[in-house]
Amino acid sequence: MLTGSEPHYRQPLLKTPFHERARALSQLDSFVPWAGYTTVDVFTFVEQEYFAIRNATTLYDLTPMVKYRIAGPEALRFLNRLMTRDIGKLKCGRVAYSVWCNDAGHLIDDGTVFRLSDTEYRLCTGERQLDWLLDSGLGFDVQISEVTEATAALAVQGPTSCAVLKALGLAGIERLKPFELAHFVLPPAVGADSQIMVSRTGFTGDLGYELWMRPEDAEGVWDALMEAGHECAIRPVGARALNMARIEAGFLLPNVDFVSSERSLRVGTERSPIELGLGWLVDFDKGHFTGRRALLEEQRRGPRRRLVGLDIEGNKPAHNALLYADQSGKRPVGNVTSATWSPTCKRNIALAMVDAPHMETGRTIWAEIYLNRELIWERRMARAQVVERPFFAPERRRASPPADY
Amino acid sequence: MSSAAVSESNYDCIVIGGGHNGLVCAAYLARGGRSVLVLEAANQVGGAAITREFAPGFRVSACAHLLHLMPRSLIKDLGLDARGLQLAAAHMPTTAIAPDAPPLPIDAQTSTLLAARSSADAAAFPAYQARLRRLAEALHPVLESAPPRLGTDSWQDRLSWLRIGWRIRRLGRKDMRELLRIGGMCVQDLLDEHFETPLLKGALGFDAVLGTNAGPRSPGSVFPLLYRMAAEVQGGSALAQPVGGLGALSDSLARAALAAGAAIRTGALVERIRVREDRAAGVMLKSGEQITAANVISNADPKTTFLQLLGGEYLDTGFVRRIAHLRARGVTAKLHLALNRLPQFTGLAQSALVGRLLLSPSLDYIERAFNHAKYGEFSLAPIVEITVPTVSDASLAPAGKHVLSAVVQYAPYELAAGWQHERQRFADLVIDALERCAPGLRSSIEAAELLSPADIEREFRISGGHWHHAELALDQFFIVRPVPGAAQYRTPVGGLYLCGAGCHPGGGVMGIAGRNAARQLMREAA
Repeated sequence: MLTGSEPHYRQPLLKTPFHERARALSQLDSFVPWAGYTTVDVFTFVEQEYFAIRNATTLYDLTPMVKYRIAGPEALRFLNRLMTRDIGKLKCGRVAYSVWCNDAGHLIDDGTVFRLSDTEYRLCTGERQLDWLLDSGLGFDVQISEVTEATAALAVQGPTSCAVLKALGLAGIERLKPFELAHFVLPPAVGADSQIMVSRTGFTGDLGYELWMRPEDAEGVWDALMEAGHECAIRPVGARALNMARIEAGFLLPNVDFVSSERSLRVGTERSPIELGLGWLVDFDKGHFTGRRALLEEQRRGPRRRLVGLDIEGNKPAHNALLYADQSGKRPVGNVTSATWSPTCKRNIALAMVDAPHMETGRTIWAEIYLNRELIWERRMARAQVVERPFFAPERRRASPPADY
Repeated sequence: MSSAAVSESNYDCIVIGGGHNGLVCAAYLARGGRSVLVLEAANQVGGAAITREFAPGFRVSACAHLLHLMPRSLIKDLGLDARGLQLAAAHMPTTAIAPDAPPLPIDAQTSTLLAARSSADAAAFPAYQARLRRLAEALHPVLESAPPRLGTDSWQDRLSWLRIGWRIRRLGRKDMRELLRIGGMCVQDLLDEHFETPLLKGALGFDAVLGTNAGPRSPGSVFPLLYRMAAEVQGGSALAQPVGGLGALSDSLARAALAAGAAIRTGALVERIRVREDRAAGVMLKSGEQITAANVISNADPKTTFLQLLGGEYLDTGFVRRIAHLRARGVTAKLHLALNRLPQFTGLAQSALVGRLLLSPSLDYIERAFNHAKYGEFSLAPIVEITVPTVSDASLAPAGKHVLSAVVQYAPYELAAGWQHERQRFADLVIDALERCAPGLRSSIEAAELLSPADIEREFRISGGHWHHAELALDQFFIVRPVPGAAQYRTPVGGLYLCGAGCHPGGGVMGIAGRNAARQLMREAA
């Protein structure tokens, strides 16, 4: 939040409403910038935080997510022209993941669309998009405004997260199904006369919720959650642990797994949703949307490359690895975009952009991995198998009502 | 909008707008065997090339008032001579006038008359004219056909590029270098290099800024001059005035279209272009009537076509962004005066009134006039192109009376004070400026009409009131006119074409856009 009298250039990174709470629990003072805010990279150590995501309940400060309010009689028509998905199918009180493209069918960004009423939506996205949204709104009766600072957001994720929210006093939270949203009145001790919006969404691929609240309620909610979750070993997590979880879940990270076509400078670095394995988000039958004609053409031609999952031999993460058709390393076929050792799957996994025809599931390709052994670098060619995403998809993420554990 | 109004009629092609380009397009399509319907919102065809009464008994070419750009080949193809197109005046002379200097004819005999004022200018003038004409002739083929696309494998595109390259290469080293040098220059620098007489430079600079939102010191202002000269090549490089005004040209075009089998409906205002399965499927009229067609060709300007008639819903955001950014704000007004006698311009022979007079005393004068336009004000000392069409065509006014038709700059479309309140003040100011060159003019005025760009927008349905539908400049020309993605007359929506002045080669009563659009459509939908 831009608070106090300090001019913006004296506070190059903004602090979220959870900042003071997070700083108090941060042992490493390890912060990273995200969309103009400073957020925690690691609180204690990455593995501890990762295992909390998969075994307990975690808090992750989501406030820097860029949020747009999209409202008006033609909000739906506007969104359907903007997005590749049929937003008309999104019912009130539900959330949908979608992407949007430029004229060439190249991905600009991905995000979640919340349908708040017949004529009001919220769009949450990683990067600022106002220019594109406003230009897309030309000729539509729709109001578009950024509301990032007006809403604090906190992800509550993990197998015991439903139990923690029940303990917080959100009566009926267990009835919330995946991709549903609901409003709850906060317990008086937490926030007087305050409502909180909860959506059963997240970036971990596990049971989890996202809480959307007024900035002034943020610290009260944080404190109440830490108290309610004490028995469940609740702990805050930073971006690094979350990154491991999202790779396991097969989720894409902008500027890591793809470059926004609005920001790419080099020809050929843009990616289409079909190339990113998001063809299921493209609805050619719903009417026109930006990029439709280009995507139809691409579909007719067949994609030249695809983002795939890789299962790599050994246990050394294939960070930034170049990929080859065979062990000799002579024919390049792509590169890894995200990699991690998956402690839960006990597999060495990666997301990678791979050229046709090597992108087909079941193909074997080779990853060139560089290992640092006490400052001595070694190169290793590791066998990598193209596999389907996600790597980790527990049943509990969909269970309704979720178990308490 | 009753269901009874739904028409069952079905055409190969619907042309939205019966301006000269729409009529030319319809005529060529019909000659190519297509069933064509032209829908014109007004009660007469012609668009901005019409003749209408502006005071009882006085008629005038209401927007465009000279004919000099339409190719001979087009006039011949469509047999316009046999369909009522007659010239009241051909090879009309141009004369520069100023309140404080004797008039200066700008034509072949200029150099002898010029010698009395500046022997250097007299010596430089023929070489300057000849070189510009050579450059213009090299550019001329660029105007004739549809612009080639960049980066395609098509032989046709490659051939077009080769042809253009060859024409320019043939200029020879000196002229080619000169073309590259002056192509993006401002016209003031060019004229200052050659001449010293302010009145001569003012008149030559006038044609560079006529109809454009630019002054003589604006970068790239040489380009419109070369463009105009290149376009004049095909029109015979001479100004002309049809008998009965520009409306007579439109009438002859309409006759040509009808003779070829096209149907024309006036008073038919199109409200929407209908789209089915990502293709243009016809139109819906304001009346609610729906007409289906396999192809829709819009003579309306690009902004009107895409943003109003079609709607952003059927287009990609980037494309809509480019259309919205299209520079299309008019700065040109039109003044019509009904006079009870022939105006007397100081020092001017009556014979010069057959042609056009340019009130544009110097380049500084033009630039000062333009300064106002930058800030949303009209020029306090405007530049004016004056014709008295009744000198050659008495049918336009009651016996013994006259009409003065003037193009006036700069009158910005977005006038800060609003045209509603300021129109009369601007008209008075222009008449005062004319009075200084033609004393007694004011007392001979029986009626006056001033059309601001806002009026032109309303009367002729041109977004921004810009004569050329979109500013004529290097950044909106050829392969990027009106915008990338619509520069070959086709649009992102299948079956929807453009044929108006917003397309290559642009404005002026030329008709090439209409002809090229028809040819493009017939090539694609054979």
